[in-house]
Amino acid sequence: MSFLIQQTLIYAVPLMIVALAGVFAERSGIINLALEGIMIFGAFIGVLFVRQMQGVDTFIAAKAAGDWGTLQGLVLLAMLVSAAMGALFSLLLSFASINLRADQTIGGTALNLLAPALVLFFIRIIANQNTLNMASGDSASWFMIKKSTLGIDKSVDLGFFGETFVNKVYLATYVCILLFIILSILLYKTRFGLRLRACGENPQAADSLGINVYKMRYAGTTISGALAGMGGFVYALTTANCSSNGDVAGFGFLALAVMIFGNWKPLNIAGASLLFGLFKCIAAAYTSLDINGDGVYLLAQIGISAHFYQMLPYLITIIVLAFTSKSSRAPKAEGIPYDKGSR
Amino acid sequence: MKQSKLHTLYEKDMTKKILASLLSILIGLVVGSIIIAAVGFSNPELGASSVWDGIRIVFAGLFSTGRTASGVLTWGFNSTNFGNMLFRATPLIMTGLSVAVAFKTGLFNIGAPGQYLMGTLVSLCIALGIPSSSVAPWLIWILAFLGGVAAGAVWGAIPGALKAFLNINEVLASIMTNWLAANLVTWMFDISNFKNLVENTKSGYIYKTTYNDVATAKLGLDKLFPNSQVNAGILVAILFAIGMYILMNKTTLGYELKACGMNRHSARYAGIRDKRNIVLSMAIAGGLAGGGAALYYLSGNTEFFWSTYQTLPAEGFNGIPVALLAVNNPIAVIFTAIFMSVLDIAGLQLTNLTAYNEYITDVIIAAIVYLSAFSLVIRMLLDGRKKKRKSGDTPADDQPVEPAQSLGDPDLHPDPAITDPDADAPVAEGGEQA
Repeated sequence: MSFLIQQTLIYAVPLMIVALAGVFAERSGIINLALEGIMIFGAFIGVLFVRQMQGVDTFIAAKAAGDWGTLQGLVLLAMLVSAAMGALFSLLLSFASINLRADQTIGGTALNLLAPALVLFFIRIIANQNTLNMASGDSASWFMIKKSTLGIDKSVDLGFFGETFVNKVYLATYVCILLFIILSILLYKTRFGLRLRACGENPQAADSLGINVYKMRYAGTTISGALAGMGGFVYALTTANCSSNGDVAGFGFLALAVMIFGNWKPLNIAGASLLFGLFKCIAAAYTSLDINGDGVYLLAQIGISAHFYQMLPYLITIIVLAFTSKSSRAPKAEGIPYDKGSR
Repeated sequence: MKQSKLHTLYEKDMTKKILASLLSILIGLVVGSIIIAAVGFSNPELGASSVWDGIRIVFAGLFSTGRTASGVLTWGFNSTNFGNMLFRATPLIMTGLSVAVAFKTGLFNIGAPGQYLMGTLVSLCIALGIPSSSVAPWLIWILAFLGGVAAGAVWGAIPGALKAFLNINEVLASIMTNWLAANLVTWMFDISNFKNLVENTKSGYIYKTTYNDVATAKLGLDKLFPNSQVNAGILVAILFAIGMYILMNKTTLGYELKACGMNRHSARYAGIRDKRNIVLSMAIAGGLAGGGAALYYLSGNTEFFWSTYQTLPAEGFNGIPVALLAVNNPIAVIFTAIFMSVLDIAGLQLTNLTAYNEYITDVIIAAIVYLSAFSLVIRMLLDGRKKKRKSGDTPADDQPVEPAQSLGDPDLHPDPAITDPDADAPVAEGGEQA
């Protein structure tokens, strides 16, 4: 059971943070279809950063001495770097859709095409193959928090809570959850958040009250890019063994679905991403899922094809959208370029 | 006299569209060259000569014939390159048409990769499944092609129906059906017995259709371009393009589809069945993409890598730039698809002949799509240039975005002639602040 919860969290957390990225962009009035591309870019940057830092003496020494604090610092640093580069990459979208009033769907699609192309071009040149891995070791041995890293003997039973949330976890997961809470408060309880949301609902009214719509939309899209870039790296770190291959398996689009299913509201999004995380987890690990801990791998024994489980997350998305689309309420002004003259 | 004739040509809307597309292509190629230069100059092993080679291949890879023993690039007419270029353009014309038809009806068909995959699945299963000993190969070919079209149409109709009846964003639904198709195709081929287990050196492929004696007719094209994969599929694709042009521009159905794209609600008010038309246009789009896959894989010399559940075919996504560059004109799609295919060949030459790789062409394509997002602005830019030349004003070459910002909204200035070039100045200041 604790394995199931851990695996679900690993898939749910990147979805959650990237869906929140979508919320920030759409609430400010910009459709960010480029989430997938920004994730791919962020994953590449984060992995590249970790790879380079593995050659720095401080971190080599820290790894050798088992100084896990420094190594966790490296993860946080990599998250920051990928967030910064994700934000930078998203400027391409904001510039086109805010200053040039471009079609946001096509602009986002362009970024989705650009990211894997750029990333693969550089990966091929750097690594001479299509996947960029860590320079040495794997993400579990470097960055996973285990009993041994905390100085607890392996035989000690931490209880259900401890085994699930303290043993074999990544710090990045909790950082993301914390960020999710802070940013949700920012969006709903601060003046900045109110102004941002106003620009997505009625930019003309917001402008008439002296809010700079262009600035707010830049802010929304940039926060969105930062979160998506970070989410991409967290995805690569926790599910892809800290490697980048120009692909995040449609996670950015799943995050968009989560956002719509969650009705552009953080609390609903958290719930929706847990649901999707569960299905993603089933698809990835159904052969080793022992739900009630009795040594019976139920899902593997039913004998349904692995491909069916792979299809589940996408199938569920469509079904869920079919049921919720009637009651969904998108920000009113999303996708419409703001033009001062049309007030 | 000649001057004024040129001028009237320039005035035409069509000319501006073509110029805007050419400008996008040029900028895209320059972006690719800049990246090659950046990588080449920052890497001591590559250096200036490799950069020069790379850039030349990006621009003229179609005419590249290899390297001499001393490492100098050779150039000339290469029948293999030309034939393969036409062959690779075949599916691109079809997927480009698919995206263009959907665009014309106000829908963004990002589901072409999924429809393409479903077309692959069904046409290959028919082509390999019906024994050629009992049915004539040409009949199998036709059945397989129609099967591919039908499969693509069904797969396209799903997001269409979701859009029409449940108002689900077709972009999101299409993306989900893409991944569903990728998994479904892998699943179906996994349990089929069409997997090529004989040639063990390369695993994971489906038999070529020639295994069952089914192959697209060459119609002498192979004599024209020896040593290449070209076949009559390109002619079929061109016929489809002409057919789509007629359908969209000369028939009632085309008019109704376009009316729904302009404004679904007013179309319904005018007595057009909007829901039926949305499903229909996505089905047509899907059928075209599925047909593209059938033409590609029924050629007899292509093999399908069946374990595709983690990747979507590039031919599907590249339909988007093909359609955007063609400004959704079915006839223009033929030419833009051929251009994309030229880029494709250039990418292959880049991988074979230099230290760079084919992904640079994907970067170029992405740059072109990015520019297409504000193609309207580029067209306005061309407009702005022309007026300045006419009024004898000093051209503002240093800041090309200026006029774009002031003319960005067509509703604001319905008649571009009204806009005074002097009006650019204050808006440009505002633009710099933002």
